[in-house]
Amino acid sequence: MQPAASTFSDDDLHALVNAHARREGPLLPMLHDIQDRFGHIPETAHEPICNALNISRAELHGVISFYHDFRKAPAGRHVLKVCRAESCQSVGANAVADAVLARLGLEWHGTTANGAVTIEPVYCLGLCACAPAAMMDDRVIGRVDAAKLDRILAEAGA
Amino acid sequence: MRIFLPMDSAAKSLGAEEVAAALRAAAPEAEIVRTGTRGMIWLEPLVEIEMDGVRHGFGPATPDDVAAILDGTSTKALGPVEDLDWMRRQSRLTFARVGVIDPLSLTDYQAHGGLAGLRRALGMSGQAIVDEVKTSGLRGRGGAGFPTGIKWQTVHDADAPRKYIVCNADEGDSGTFADRMLMEGDPFTLIEGMAIAGIGVGATQGYVYLRSEYPDAIAVMTRAVEIARAAGLLGADVLGSGKAFDMEIRKGAGAYVCGEETSLLNSLEGKRGVVRAKPPLPALEGFLGRPTVVNNVISLATVPVIFEKGAQHYAEFGLGRSRGTVTLQIAGNVARGGMFETAFGITLGEVVNDLGGGTRSGRPVKAVQVGGPLGAYMPVTKFDTPLGYEEFDAAGGLIGHAGLTVFDDTTDMLGMARFAMEFCAVESCGKCTPCRIGAVRGVETIDRIAEGDPAALPLLADLCETMQDGSLCALGGFTPFPVMSAVTQFPDDFARQKEAAE
Repeated sequence: MQPAASTFSDDDLHALVNAHARREGPLLPMLHDIQDRFGHIPETAHEPICNALNISRAELHGVISFYHDFRKAPAGRHVLKVCRAESCQSVGANAVADAVLARLGLEWHGTTANGAVTIEPVYCLGLCACAPAAMMDDRVIGRVDAAKLDRILAEAGA
Repeated sequence: MRIFLPMDSAAKSLGAEEVAAALRAAAPEAEIVRTGTRGMIWLEPLVEIEMDGVRHGFGPATPDDVAAILDGTSTKALGPVEDLDWMRRQSRLTFARVGVIDPLSLTDYQAHGGLAGLRRALGMSGQAIVDEVKTSGLRGRGGAGFPTGIKWQTVHDADAPRKYIVCNADEGDSGTFADRMLMEGDPFTLIEGMAIAGIGVGATQGYVYLRSEYPDAIAVMTRAVEIARAAGLLGADVLGSGKAFDMEIRKGAGAYVCGEETSLLNSLEGKRGVVRAKPPLPALEGFLGRPTVVNNVISLATVPVIFEKGAQHYAEFGLGRSRGTVTLQIAGNVARGGMFETAFGITLGEVVNDLGGGTRSGRPVKAVQVGGPLGAYMPVTKFDTPLGYEEFDAAGGLIGHAGLTVFDDTTDMLGMARFAMEFCAVESCGKCTPCRIGAVRGVETIDRIAEGDPAALPLLADLCETMQDGSLCALGGFTPFPVMSAVTQFPDDFARQKEAAE
């Protein structure tokens, strides 16, 4: 479930940054916390992070853009990740993914018009013995097929 | 009545929570113990009911089966779980407790031999601890197979004010899930192994770098570290020994390349997860420039049993220079998928056909990719290859993290080769040219082969040679394994395309 991105104060942001500033290697835990709270890494977070860690904006941008997890803008209310890795492919993951993308009328990383679901590829969820696999927010789903995903997408309001 | 039901994410993904709810509703008086998984994923959710001290299995269970399971009329009865062929044929050392105990009960853990290894290690000198690991013959289970004891010796001998133990739990290879299963099913084993490592080499701080794609494992490990700290197993005075070791769980951020140890260290430091050139070795200049042991989950989780039972006991298992047990992960298009821990030496064919029962689709096996996305596709003609580091190397493959992904005869190997290059392009850290550019060119070249361009095949072989020789790490360096094994072992899939074009 993605939290609302609209309401946050500077105080919240500074508290999150300061909570990690003294740890060894603080940046990833800091970014995860900010994203958990705000749904993405807002531009307004850049300056406090850079000041707290004494890094440049370029360095921070480099880190945020390197990792698939960090978002510049909020995702839909739910994120569906569909595995594209080899084990899932061996039991028809490509067909499942194609069907879901077609049903939603989206490309990878797209969000439904009503903001309910963002769909993303993922490379392995560790469910390779019960593939194909998918994950809706933090809920894992094994042996998925188009019908199962349809049900889950409907529950999520897509 | 005691009922056992896995909370492992594979079981959850197949409906374990719904079965748990049905069990609670139908038998409110029963004690339901949530465990890890036994590793028989095709039987999940596997309900176990204790009868006269013996656990009887029922699976794969659905909520509709619950009534019959409870009144003893279920057609899904499997008999005593320990007597099942799959269980009896294993030598479970690292995974002895997984699926058996409540993962977050330290009492359960100790009742099944937990902490005996650490207690023994606390009475030994650092050098004696390192020597014990060397004697066991343990080699890195993450893929490279480097002798763990030698790595520990380097860190032990390094002189520094602060040293680290970093556990690589960035298990991103498709077809592998043993790390996840261990962390969700027996987290204290990993904690104990890291504590022994820390005390052995003189490191006081540990980190587990755990991939964000494993939310269940993160939750279990985080809770286990809190429990361990509260019980004095971690902290300034480990089990009252006066020695300090503490650890923290760190979440990755979705970059496959961070499974490579130097990019993992950069990521842990809060940088882009780009690969570092070696030397310097992480053992000398690792996390924050300090001497660091970087070991895989299974390597570290095997340390407690080596200290509990003795290095010699562990070394008695195995084949040639591959000592101990290998945790096979049988995955993909396979009838019986799961985790099987056995001594090195079992053949590939035995694993796929005998244990795995052939394909799930019922069609003939075409290829098995061993060792994840960077491992070679092995054809059926190589099924007599025994699982051992050197044996697989000789057969043109690698064991890697011992994941095996089975493919049936409908698989298009050209498509799989293209996917390997595409994946490398998506996940390349961008530091070295052969990987960053080579992977993109690789996709294009394979597309040319598909269109029937006869000049493209030798070009692909040349490109793969450059990537293999010129890349900084295994991502660019090993992507040629799946690509070229597909080309050489399954030439028809590449030639047919040519004919079609003509």
